[in-house]
Amino acid sequence: MACTLIILATAPLWAGRSDLRFLSEVFLYLGLAYLWNVLAGYAGLVSVGQQAYVGFGGYLLFALAMNISITPIALLPVVGLAGMLIAVPIASLIFRLHGAYFAIGTWVIAEVFRLSAAQISSLGGGSGTSLPVSVVKSIAASRSDRESFSYWAALVVLLLIIGLMFLFLRSRTGLAMTAIRDNELAAESLGINIWRTKFMVYVITAGLTSMLGALIFMQKLRISPDAAFSVNDWTAFVIFIVVIGGIGTLEGPIIGTLLYFLLRETLADLGTAYLMILGATAILIMLLAPKGIWGLVNARFGIELFPMTRRVIFNKD
Amino acid sequence: MVWVNAIIQGVLIGGLYALFAAGLSLIFGVMRLVNIAHGDLIVLAAFLGLVVTTTLGFHPLTALVIVIPVMAILGYVLQYVLLNRTMGSDILPPLLVTFGLSVILQNGLLEAFSADPQKLNAGALETASLPMGSLNIGLLPLLMFVVAVCVIAGLQWIFYNTALGRAFRATSDNAEIAQLMGLNKNHVFSMAMALSLAVVAIAGIFLGTRTSFDPAGGPARLIFGFEAVIIGGLGNLWGTLIGGIILGVAQGIGAQIHPGWQQLAGHCAFLLVLAIRPTGLFPKVSH
Amino acid sequence: MLETRGLTSFYGDFQALFGIDIHVNENEIVSFIGANGAGKTTAMRTITGLLPCDNDMVTWKEKPIGQLRADQIAKLGIAMVPEGRQLFPSLSVEENLIIGAQSKRAGFWTLAKIYELFPILSERRSQGATTLSGGQQQMVAIGRALMSNPDIILFDEISLGLAPIVINQIYDALPDIINQGLSAIIVEQDLNRALHISDRYYCLSEGCITLTGNTDSADREKISTAYFGI
Repeated sequence: MACTLIILATAPLWAGRSDLRFLSEVFLYLGLAYLWNVLAGYAGLVSVGQQAYVGFGGYLLFALAMNISITPIALLPVVGLAGMLIAVPIASLIFRLHGAYFAIGTWVIAEVFRLSAAQISSLGGGSGTSLPVSVVKSIAASRSDRESFSYWAALVVLLLIIGLMFLFLRSRTGLAMTAIRDNELAAESLGINIWRTKFMVYVITAGLTSMLGALIFMQKLRISPDAAFSVNDWTAFVIFIVVIGGIGTLEGPIIGTLLYFLLRETLADLGTAYLMILGATAILIMLLAPKGIWGLVNARFGIELFPMTRRVIFNKD
Repeated sequence: MVWVNAIIQGVLIGGLYALFAAGLSLIFGVMRLVNIAHGDLIVLAAFLGLVVTTTLGFHPLTALVIVIPVMAILGYVLQYVLLNRTMGSDILPPLLVTFGLSVILQNGLLEAFSADPQKLNAGALETASLPMGSLNIGLLPLLMFVVAVCVIAGLQWIFYNTALGRAFRATSDNAEIAQLMGLNKNHVFSMAMALSLAVVAIAGIFLGTRTSFDPAGGPARLIFGFEAVIIGGLGNLWGTLIGGIILGVAQGIGAQIHPGWQQLAGHCAFLLVLAIRPTGLFPKVSH
Repeated sequence: MLETRGLTSFYGDFQALFGIDIHVNENEIVSFIGANGAGKTTAMRTITGLLPCDNDMVTWKEKPIGQLRADQIAKLGIAMVPEGRQLFPSLSVEENLIIGAQSKRAGFWTLAKIYELFPILSERRSQGATTLSGGQQQMVAIGRALMSNPDIILFDEISLGLAPIVINQIYDALPDIINQGLSAIIVEQDLNRALHISDRYYCLSEGCITLTGNTDSADREKISTAYFGI
């Protein structure tokens, strides 16, 4: 574990520029996958509108960086905090919807965000805007330094997400969350406030998703409503990653992310057919192996990379 | 006067939204299934209409004779072969499978028809209008609204006056006991999806006649339909019509204020209802 | 006519039945006796196809039916009056009865005959089924099962939660029902009633049959012992 970390942390010293960009993209997707996995796989909050926060984070970073002369990386915590703040009223609204209707509700929110962003003319309206050169330079003077910083930032945010997730899932609340997933009634009889737990999970993941969004568009240097609030890029792919890898497991998102990038590098030339293959694979996995590839591996070999399993048994009577 | 006109147009387009919503509401009522691919199926029906009108030279409304049965059969098979396997207490499988389906449909249509916007040509019907005082009411939007009312009345009639409707209600109440009565749950669910997609076929043809459509347009239609369902109140078909009208009027007023606010105003109306009356304006009254 | 051999049943990992052998002959009434959780309801749910089992574990008129779906089994003439009535709340009284005839088996029982048997239902025919009293609901549930003109009816907890006077009414109607050439399995908490109405009994305890015999030669003490599974 420590070795992997050192190798990854020193990547800017040994990896080429394109490798570095690729790695940070992997980190960002893995982060999104973990967050969606916690939402849907553990807390039972199936959202198809996480692109709302990816786009919000991106747009907020651009707006702040263009108005305040601080390096964008220093703005990340602010973006995260703002993401959490805006998620509070949103959650109190859409938590009135349940199950699949909750899912579509999250999508409506993302649409509202996208349409609103298109109305902000100082950020380019519907066609979007680029990060001004002065802001880009403030990240770092040289291009390679800039990319190193972006890479490190992505790694740090990913580690933050994984760390928080671990703390969370091993805490009383985290166990409660797993209990909710397994048996809502049992969780209630344990005296766990389901609503508040889910609310908290939603708000925190919103904040972290916003930070990832900020990083994604800091690397792209350009933002537009359609790219920032894309349901395909920030939700469909993420869902496929988690479902194919193994929803509700900690190992699944890693497997799914690796597989996703492998498929993308080999099949991306197929264009739309590639997306159809991805969709069909996710459907097949959901029908035949609902715990994904990792579920299959785990069932056959009993391996666990993360010692997280705790069994709670409830009697029927 | 522009305002009156905006509102009337909004009411009429509300009929189309009610058509989007009715199929969604129907399958939720019978089997608690929310079909994320619903909007993409509407767009698929529009493309089917395009194929029928261009290859056979049919008028879009005549094309319904082919598109409705094709979509209904597709719905039956889709439910019987694929979606019935996902039904259960866990909401994740049906959600993710229909989500996957949505992506497949969008990209399949893109592959087959390219991203170019298409439109169904309804000829003289498109421009015909009824003068009403100083206003002109388009015949097509009016027809669309009347059809929507008829479809909802028809669904209501099927639900409360036929053996199929009885089977729908019984299975929705308690699928297990319904099976003890000799009802095959899989067949009943598949019939519900067939009926839902028959309505989708009508919605798709009217969508294509009224505006241009492209393979990426599904999600927006899903969202409009969903908003109409929630505004009207879950499980209430007439409420769905009112929901569609409210959505249409809100969009019409929004567009009148600022062209960019059309959709935003519709979403705001939805969020407002959600904030004030989370169960919708006309929630189903239980017996 | 109906027979189970080595019937086992599971709720997930939890085994509820451990190899049950029963048989019911034509025109015979059999009662299941046992404490809560003994497996009476599970046995009925497995026979009617609501719970899965191996194909040859249940035979009906010499044919294995263990792996048929519940709706297919219903069409063969096996009906159940489930515990707690379980009427369809969205359907009127009459619709609840009509849906019982879904399996389209012809025979003695028609809507008119049911109304003759339970006249009160005729008065309430267009009311929502769940607006009725518990006893009237049980009448609808029995009528609903009869409407399929079954060869056998499984009554689960036939009198649970009903007022004594209503229980008497139901039991008064039972002979009329059975005389139409029916077999029945009855689950009843009241031991005396169970033994009085049925020809044979099976005592169940913890998913096994602990005692069986004819009701006219039944030994109450032995049954009580078997009941509590001692």
